[in-house]
Amino acid sequence: MKFTLKIWRQNDAKSKGKFVTYKIDNISSDSSFLEMLDQLNQRLINNDDSISVPGCPVHYDHDCREGICGMCGLYINGRPHGPDKGVTTCQLHMRKFKDGATIVIEPWRAKAFPLIRDLVVDRTALDTIIQAGGYISVKTGSAMEANSTPVPKHLAEKAMDAAACIGCGACVAACPNGSAMLFVGAKVAHMAYLPQGKPEAMRRVQSMVKVMDDCGFGNCSNAYACEYECPKEISVTHIAKMNRDFLQANLMSEKEIA
Amino acid sequence: MDINAKIPQGPIESKWTKYKADAKLVSPANRRKIDIIIVGTGLAGASAAASLGEMGYNVKVFCYQDSPRRAHSIAAQGGINAAKNYPNDGDNIFRLFFDTIKGGDYRSREANVYRLAEVSNHIIDQAVAQGVPFAREYGGFLDNRSFGGAQVSRTFYARGQTGQQLLLGAYSALSRQIAAGTVELLTRRDIVDIVLIDGKARGVIARNLITGEIERHAAHTVVLGTGGYGNVFYLSTNAKGSNVTPVWKAYKKGALFANPAFTQIHPTCIPVHGDYQSKLTLMSESLRNDGRIWVPKKEEDVQKLRNKEIRPRDIPEEDRDYYLERRYPAFGNLVPRDVASRAAKERCDAGFGVYTGLAVYLDFKDAIERLGRDNIEKKYGNLFQMYEKIVDENPYETPMMIYPAVHYTMGGLWVDYELMSNIPGLFVIGEANFSDHGANRLGASALMQGLADGYFVLPYTIANYLADEIKIPHFTTDAPEFAEAEKEVKDSISKLMNVNGKRSVDDIHKELGHIMWEHCGMGRTEEGLKEGIQKVKELKKEFWSNVKVPGTAETFNEELIKAGHLADFIELGEVMMQDALNREESCGGHYRMEHQTPEGEALRHDDKFTYVANWKFTGEDSPAELIKEELKFEAVELKTRNYK
Repeated sequence: MKFTLKIWRQNDAKSKGKFVTYKIDNISSDSSFLEMLDQLNQRLINNDDSISVPGCPVHYDHDCREGICGMCGLYINGRPHGPDKGVTTCQLHMRKFKDGATIVIEPWRAKAFPLIRDLVVDRTALDTIIQAGGYISVKTGSAMEANSTPVPKHLAEKAMDAAACIGCGACVAACPNGSAMLFVGAKVAHMAYLPQGKPEAMRRVQSMVKVMDDCGFGNCSNAYACEYECPKEISVTHIAKMNRDFLQANLMSEKEIA
Repeated sequence: MDINAKIPQGPIESKWTKYKADAKLVSPANRRKIDIIIVGTGLAGASAAASLGEMGYNVKVFCYQDSPRRAHSIAAQGGINAAKNYPNDGDNIFRLFFDTIKGGDYRSREANVYRLAEVSNHIIDQAVAQGVPFAREYGGFLDNRSFGGAQVSRTFYARGQTGQQLLLGAYSALSRQIAAGTVELLTRRDIVDIVLIDGKARGVIARNLITGEIERHAAHTVVLGTGGYGNVFYLSTNAKGSNVTPVWKAYKKGALFANPAFTQIHPTCIPVHGDYQSKLTLMSESLRNDGRIWVPKKEEDVQKLRNKEIRPRDIPEEDRDYYLERRYPAFGNLVPRDVASRAAKERCDAGFGVYTGLAVYLDFKDAIERLGRDNIEKKYGNLFQMYEKIVDENPYETPMMIYPAVHYTMGGLWVDYELMSNIPGLFVIGEANFSDHGANRLGASALMQGLADGYFVLPYTIANYLADEIKIPHFTTDAPEFAEAEKEVKDSISKLMNVNGKRSVDDIHKELGHIMWEHCGMGRTEEGLKEGIQKVKELKKEFWSNVKVPGTAETFNEELIKAGHLADFIELGEVMMQDALNREESCGGHYRMEHQTPEGEALRHDDKFTYVANWKFTGEDSPAELIKEELKFEAVELKTRNYK
């Protein structure tokens, strides 16, 4: 297969970026999207004649290459993780594109994700939100026997649905407001559904929402693009759960929450 | 050189209790005065950092990814073992210990493995309390399934994402400590050297991967939880960034590398399909609970399948060879990984492999008929989806194709009972150490070991070491040892940048992978290993004279990062083959063709090789020196493994 790639190139956060067009051929339809970019980089490194624009290899984040670490994330033809549903960029295969197609590749664009280089952005803000309360405060060694708290199966399943989030940031990139509500909602809901997470549920939701706002993420206006583009197909109902808990927490006194 | 494993006296059941009773402690007031560096944020590193931070130590934790949540523990699919005996099927701590020793083909240290089994139940308690959403039954109680090498159901799981959920549990505990200020997190850093002062580990040199800046970090003690070295094969199930560099730097500073040849080839991976391929994808071992492995019995069927003239389902039951069920009726499709991998290789070598000739079928037809498609989807839905995305075939309708691939490395830095290497103050946890899995790891035991080390072992053993360090004030990075290490790192980087050759890093790495797979893969021979060692020596010269690293060292430069890792992998490759050559027996994942039973099973030589083979660095151009730790079996009898 052959493709025309329009790739966002930018040396660092301070310099100005631009699209550079590369033509690439001889790509197997069984290649993953990242393997296609690997091959582009190999040709760039080797100053291959088939590459019209010489230069440094393109930088993009990637690690596990099996759709679970959340490291990869490219904005492909205007969609986070590209045209296939329910997959990350590393699980997207070239057979999903037409031979000869032009593919536009951009980084995640959001105020809270400053650009580092080319297609690599800084998603530290997602960690900062988790540090604000995305945990259950249990000390190592102080846990009680695991089966002493039965958890209804349907709640365990709902918690798992929410906990499947890989923290890639596609929801933020997809959102017209650059909102992280799906990411935060998934974590809030995961813990709030479980009896273990109940004691801190109110404090957790208040604290995480505040830090989310502080980090520069926008608000939710019910576009639902996040759910549509989420590689783990996490439901917006978790946002509803978060909003409900947030409202409830705001109606409670500080004493009740702490 | 003498090494002492420091195994406590007394019967196996009471060693850990006795150790904990005798171990020295560091008081809460003194913990504030102690600095600890932890490298890696996988299950072992994250759980250790969270636990030690919570106790009041000053912890600094490093990872190469942008977030600690991305460490490759996250990719573990199937589950985590524990001896809870919830299914009432006869499990107990001794049995988990015994199965792990036997699964490891009697090449691990009894005392460490017993302790692992002993703390396994606490891990499940801890994870549940953290909110890990394990699978449950309708009554609300935890569900279990079976894994290879066991006849009980002791594996806890969270769909096909158990590693993810456990890592997120440890990550949440770590995040809590970062917020509390007890742990400082440094992301996008490579650890490029370990600094020793007066023979003790006192810090690291880090490279900031974004700015290229070289940084010094000092501490009272250094903990490595950096994972395994499977990427020496280029193609493996490891993450692309997984590397041996921190471990290798420790080796070159005098830490012993134990059993480097013990690598695990996982039987159920998606087969290789092209040269451009960048990694291999695992299909969880849990699939062997319900999937049946087979190849055609008739060679003409094999040809027709490869030519796509017929489909797998066209082959009648009587013409299928369910070779694991045939050879191992007692364990069937759930034999340990090394046994299953070799059996697949044997069938493919005999000409019965399908697809490219290097694949066998994993078939769910019977399970779907028995349990219904919905139930199979609930259990394995995400795995089936992953398979379909990669292979473009629907595994509900046609059997999966699988082939063995490099997955885990049992070898690693040598540690004593306290998880300390032979360098005082250098602790090694998780896959990076060698201690618990012998020559083969059982499924669902890696998660168990990582968390056991971080939550329940290291917090005790590190205190025993640090109790004697409380009078030493915080270290600064002004010591000449830091300056010297930093200079070496900078020199080595500029040497790499200045080779200016013609071959890309990936190109040379692929060649290393081919050499390792051909000469040090599933079937090893004396002749092949000797040839392999020569080839790796040549490749090392080629690398240092012909590698091409574009860009500069002062920016984000992925080619430079990869080049640094590859330089260490090449050196490791030689030591791995030296170890494989030395071990003239077959055990677990180490299979020497010269040493097999008439039925083709691994043949151990307990009289000569019941030891841990440790390799000591002696200089750039001289061969590593062998230092043995004899293994003594007191609680179990040394026996030939039998899964028939």
